[in-house]
Amino acid sequence: MNTSNPGSRHTLSVLVENKPGVLARIAGLFSRRGFNIDSLAVGPTEHPEVSRMTIVVNVEDSPLEQVTKQLNKLVEVIKIVELDGSASVNRELLLVKVRADADTRGQVLDAVQLFRAKVVDVSPDAVTIQAVGNSDKLADLLRVLEPFGIRELVQSGMVAIGRGSRSISERTLRPVTVPAPPAAG
Amino acid sequence: MSEQVTGAQSLIRSLEAAGTTDIFGIPGGAILPAYDPLMDSTIRHILVRHEQGAGHAAQGYAAATGRVGVCMATSGPGATNLVTPLADAHMDSVPLVAVTGQVGASMIGTDAFQEADIRGITMPITKHNFLVTDPAEIPRTVAEAFYIASTGRPGPVLVDVAKSALQATTTFAWPSELNLPGYRPVTRPHSKQIREAARLILEARRPVLYVGGGCIRAGAARELKVLAELTGMPVVTTLMARGAFPDSHPQHLGMPGMHGTVAAVAGLQRSDLIISLGARFDDRVTGNLDSFAPGARVIHADIDPAEIGKNRAVDVPIVGDCREVISDLVVALTAEADAGHTGDYEGWVEFLAGVKKKYPLGYDVPAGELAPQYVLERLGAIAGPEAVYCAGVGQHQMWAAHFVGYEHPNTWINSGGLGTMGYAVPAAMGAKVGRPDATVWAIDGDGCFQMTNQELATCAINDIPIKVAVINNESLGMVRQWQTLFYNERYSNTDLHSKRIPDFVKLADAYGCVGLACESPGDVDATIAKAMEIDDVPVVVDFRVHRDAMVWPMVAAGTSNDDIKYARDMAPKFDDDAELELRP
Repeated sequence: MNTSNPGSRHTLSVLVENKPGVLARIAGLFSRRGFNIDSLAVGPTEHPEVSRMTIVVNVEDSPLEQVTKQLNKLVEVIKIVELDGSASVNRELLLVKVRADADTRGQVLDAVQLFRAKVVDVSPDAVTIQAVGNSDKLADLLRVLEPFGIRELVQSGMVAIGRGSRSISERTLRPVTVPAPPAAG
Repeated sequence: MSEQVTGAQSLIRSLEAAGTTDIFGIPGGAILPAYDPLMDSTIRHILVRHEQGAGHAAQGYAAATGRVGVCMATSGPGATNLVTPLADAHMDSVPLVAVTGQVGASMIGTDAFQEADIRGITMPITKHNFLVTDPAEIPRTVAEAFYIASTGRPGPVLVDVAKSALQATTTFAWPSELNLPGYRPVTRPHSKQIREAARLILEARRPVLYVGGGCIRAGAARELKVLAELTGMPVVTTLMARGAFPDSHPQHLGMPGMHGTVAAVAGLQRSDLIISLGARFDDRVTGNLDSFAPGARVIHADIDPAEIGKNRAVDVPIVGDCREVISDLVVALTAEADAGHTGDYEGWVEFLAGVKKKYPLGYDVPAGELAPQYVLERLGAIAGPEAVYCAGVGQHQMWAAHFVGYEHPNTWINSGGLGTMGYAVPAAMGAKVGRPDATVWAIDGDGCFQMTNQELATCAINDIPIKVAVINNESLGMVRQWQTLFYNERYSNTDLHSKRIPDFVKLADAYGCVGLACESPGDVDATIAKAMEIDDVPVVVDFRVHRDAMVWPMVAAGTSNDDIKYARDMAPKFDDDAELELRP
């Protein structure tokens, strides 16, 4: 995931109507048009009727334009914004269960502190660590933890938000209404 | 305002409110509640013999009238039988609303009897689709479905309604407005882009108007003629756009593409500016993309932004409805002309006129046998340009596109993008229902005809007197042609023996239609005339044609349009031809 050419990785923030089946529509569109998703995260926004997806795609610029245009054609997609890495904050969440007995626990905890991560569960022979960061930071943490023995790990897709005071969902708040077809005779 | 009704009543009231006058469909378990209030409705329901027929009929209806076509089916197999027409309508941008019954809401996901996830199945082949389990949502969903199907780039919308929602009690209230925050089609072109397009048009020396199906759907034929005559630019009309510009017009070079005319293909190849209006640079038009029109700049106007630049890089993108785009171009170019600025295309027009004259559409006349092209030429001449022609897919479709002759939009209806064999008969049925006063001819191959001819029963019983010209070469002709050209004449599974089985004249008779047969050129006119006289029942004419006839011109798949052949092993030679000199 972290080895791909950074020049062709793009982060798309997609505002969608919070309706059943939207995720299937988007995932289906990516697969049938031959686009690869690096990561995808979905969650609620400040508006209950709107969900936000952060999709990381690995494509050249020209197919990226096709991706966004095709996504925009989906009726339930409200808005798509590409987030520039430097003008946005992006984070992933990692939970990792590391082997740690009385001998090694101290070293593991040092690493946790160094990366400003957190221990969220402890058992006699393992600790579970929670870490938040961009993908590079999490990869670095894993590299440090690896020698102790990683027993299990789970990682979220990236979520991202633009820097500054502006909101990408502001304009979408305005209701867009169109006249219904006239009722016939 | 609102009153207590069943969900089924709400559905029918909603369809009425959306302007539906005709539905093609078949009842079944899950949709059954909706068929009860349908009996009391003003809507005419035409009971077809197969749901695929209902879908294609709704397409033919929509293509002939410009209105939304409506079809209805039950859950499971009823719904899956609509898959082909939905995919077809999606490819050809046909406004269609399909209503399907679904198993009761509590049963969804349990593999219940006749359950199929039709919303999931049709996601990639519809413009949008809905699953309704709450009866209160029925009016709004139907209103949204019609709005989405008919606006922007038209397309099919499926509304799947759970049986429990149809049976429940609800209130009916037709919405006064729709809230579709993610659906905002752009129809007005940007004025800056129009100015830029006008500038390129005036600068060009070898421009071509590349007209696609978008001009038909936008109802832009009149505006197109004004633009073409104002500028004098040559015009090509794609398979989906036949009829958008009169075939009799001297500026018309015909159809481009794999089976396009030499003039249309050469026109695009050698152009320095392509003005694409509602076309999408389909592989059947461009051939090998890398060698397509190498010297041309491109103005690409389409209502769907995703089409612009999808296949071919664009110099001036214009998002908008074709009628509005063309109107604005006319205004801009008229102003330029008033200021004394007009394009100079004289040498180009002369060159193309020479190509058109030297390489007209033609065909071999087989000794003692019937040439299929002759049949279509005569059909076009006798039935005339006011008639509506629906074709299936294959050789007969290409011959019909070339030899009938179209003067008006919406008179040529075919399955272009998906290439659905069996489209013609049900589409003609739908076209005839939509335009009962028009003569409607289905032009079908014997292979296609055997896929959907059960709808002849629907036509006979419901007084839908279509006419069917079966171009019977007793084979899957287009596939056979490829076997002739590319598989050393090894005819694997293309021989249908359909001059023997079935007997189409008897088949027509069995379906309550008039069956006629024609085997010799001398009988063609009289047979067509006889078919034209019959207007109370459907007519099927079995034209038993020469089986080795091939579609020419042809650009072999994947090769360059420069390698067009106008007959077998016959390539046009422009460069060594002194008569066809292209002056710079």
